[in-house]
Amino acid sequence: MSSIVSLPDQTTARIPKRNYLTNENGILSWLLTGDHKRIAMLYLISITFFFFIGGALAGLIRLELLTPQSDLMATDTYNKVFSMHGIIMIFLFLVPSVPATLGNFLIPIMVGAKDLAFPKINLLSWYLYLAGGSLTLWAMINGGVDTGWTFTTPLSTHYVNTNVVTTGLAIFVAGFSSIFTGLNFIVTIHRMRAPGMTWFKLPLFVWSHYAASILMVLGTPVLAIAIVLVLLERTIGIGVFDPTKGGDPILFQHLFWFYSHPAVYIMILPGMGVISEVISTFSRKRVFGYSAVAFSSVAIAVFGFFVWEHHMFIMGVSNYSTLVFSLLTMLVAVPSSIKIFNWAFTLYKGSITFETPMLYAFGFMGLFTIGGLTGVFLGASGTDIHLTETYFIVAHFHFVMVGGMLMAFLAGIHFWWPKMTGRMYPEKISQLAAVVTFIGFNFTFFPQFLLGMLGMPRRYAAYPPEFQVLNVFSTAGATILGVGYLLPMIYLVWSLKYGKIAGANPWQATGLEWQIQSPPLTENFVEIPVVTQDAYDYEWLERQKEHEVTQVG
Amino acid sequence: MSELETHHGEEPHIVSPKIYVLIAATLLICTALTVAASYLELGPWNAVVALGIAVFKATLVVLFFMHIKYSSKLMKLTVFAGLFTFLALVGMSMSDYISRAWGSF
Repeated sequence: MSSIVSLPDQTTARIPKRNYLTNENGILSWLLTGDHKRIAMLYLISITFFFFIGGALAGLIRLELLTPQSDLMATDTYNKVFSMHGIIMIFLFLVPSVPATLGNFLIPIMVGAKDLAFPKINLLSWYLYLAGGSLTLWAMINGGVDTGWTFTTPLSTHYVNTNVVTTGLAIFVAGFSSIFTGLNFIVTIHRMRAPGMTWFKLPLFVWSHYAASILMVLGTPVLAIAIVLVLLERTIGIGVFDPTKGGDPILFQHLFWFYSHPAVYIMILPGMGVISEVISTFSRKRVFGYSAVAFSSVAIAVFGFFVWEHHMFIMGVSNYSTLVFSLLTMLVAVPSSIKIFNWAFTLYKGSITFETPMLYAFGFMGLFTIGGLTGVFLGASGTDIHLTETYFIVAHFHFVMVGGMLMAFLAGIHFWWPKMTGRMYPEKISQLAAVVTFIGFNFTFFPQFLLGMLGMPRRYAAYPPEFQVLNVFSTAGATILGVGYLLPMIYLVWSLKYGKIAGANPWQATGLEWQIQSPPLTENFVEIPVVTQDAYDYEWLERQKEHEVTQVG
Repeated sequence: MSELETHHGEEPHIVSPKIYVLIAATLLICTALTVAASYLELGPWNAVVALGIAVFKATLVVLFFMHIKYSSKLMKLTVFAGLFTFLALVGMSMSDYISRAWGSF
């Protein structure tokens, strides 16, 4: 099979002696660093840790659902397990996954800057993340929480005796870590672009992070307010959500979903940025409709604030407002499909090669499209009444979040691994891992669409025996999926020592990050670049190479 | 980049102490008004009056003490983005609250 990978001669190639990893030594040089690349690596290690905890909890859920009775664990334990799975995966993995690792590492380099605008705030954001994560773990060890990740009132304020306060505080603190990341990105993208780097020369990765950052900065405070109100209601009974004191329990859901629906886009937009980079590089073409893809990110960010009530259609909200939100929900499909169509057109007549990041990107495109289209079923208020609170909705958001976002995250990690570490991952086994993940994913979650259509409700440890066959399928698929996630963990660690030396630009990609050494210097650039080329200009890259040769000659 | 250049080239706008004193006095008068208004029996409109005065005061603080009146368009847009999001939250939530009881009487 053809390949675009071009590695330096392995007998003579060396990792550059001076780079951001070797610049300083000792544990303190990491814990007190202001270097965006080191903070990205700290984030990468921490989110991987939480991903595997969340994954283990997912494994427990699937094991319990292997049989119709609740036999592996008691029903209230099951409630705690799925609650912690949701809380850890959403707040501690998906929200920071791409922005805090790849975004942190790449955005300053992509705009041609030496670091983010506020390096110390960036480090503070990692410490807040750790504080939030530790509080969550502490709450889990001390008996857990069983409200689901949504903390819905009045359950969370009046009826449960679990660690709602501790977990709520944890989410509150972790939220600020996300706000700081977003703030840093917005200021960096506005103020620190290199000479000649105009908005429309920015890679689409930067555009999608800009859109996600707007959502982080404007949306997350509303979640913080909602959580504080729940905590105050629980501890001193202020009554905002209590009808006997003139409050309204549904008000909580308005506040919560006002953040948590845009949060879906906080999670998926950076992933879409990764896909734009990968698709362009492995089809050797400029992204089709660059400005349409760029503006569709911003459109998703804006529309994202006007659709939240579709999570609440059966909760007792007004029928008339349901009608409005149902129509508005359909709007979000437009920018999402603009992206999918433009990626498809980028592939058209491109010179496509199938390296691992591209395989993950294809996985993303297929699974995200299925996830998005089943979202239309749930956005239409009529079918929503039948499908919501069933396994259909579980399958829908796992297609978007796991099939979409996690695939994009792995695509990005593989794509930029040579830049981050200076070494290649092993190609063949990682292609296998991508395929195993895709197969395992479909086996796990496709049966859940069927279960939902048949009416199996979510969030129960037991179910009627006629649903067992599909549940066994799903659990079997989860074991395959688990192997798909363990493989990269093993071979990526292996490649840190034994991987081939990657050189500056193994993919022949055009981004500024590929024109500097791998791993980069602490200050990224020897001299600040002057940008004259457009994003994804492969002819410019060819001319650069010819130029180099003539100079040597 | 052009943005960066103008940012550095920009003379910081100097606000005279007179304006600051004037704004501070207005804020104090508004505080007195809020206290006075709370003694009137307006039913649900008490809250409306108090919030109205508070919004007016907040606007003055943002415009003058936080220098938004003299800042770049980007800064004004940033403030507007926060306001817009807040209005979306309140406005769209109200679409539920005002129409929830329609048709049930």
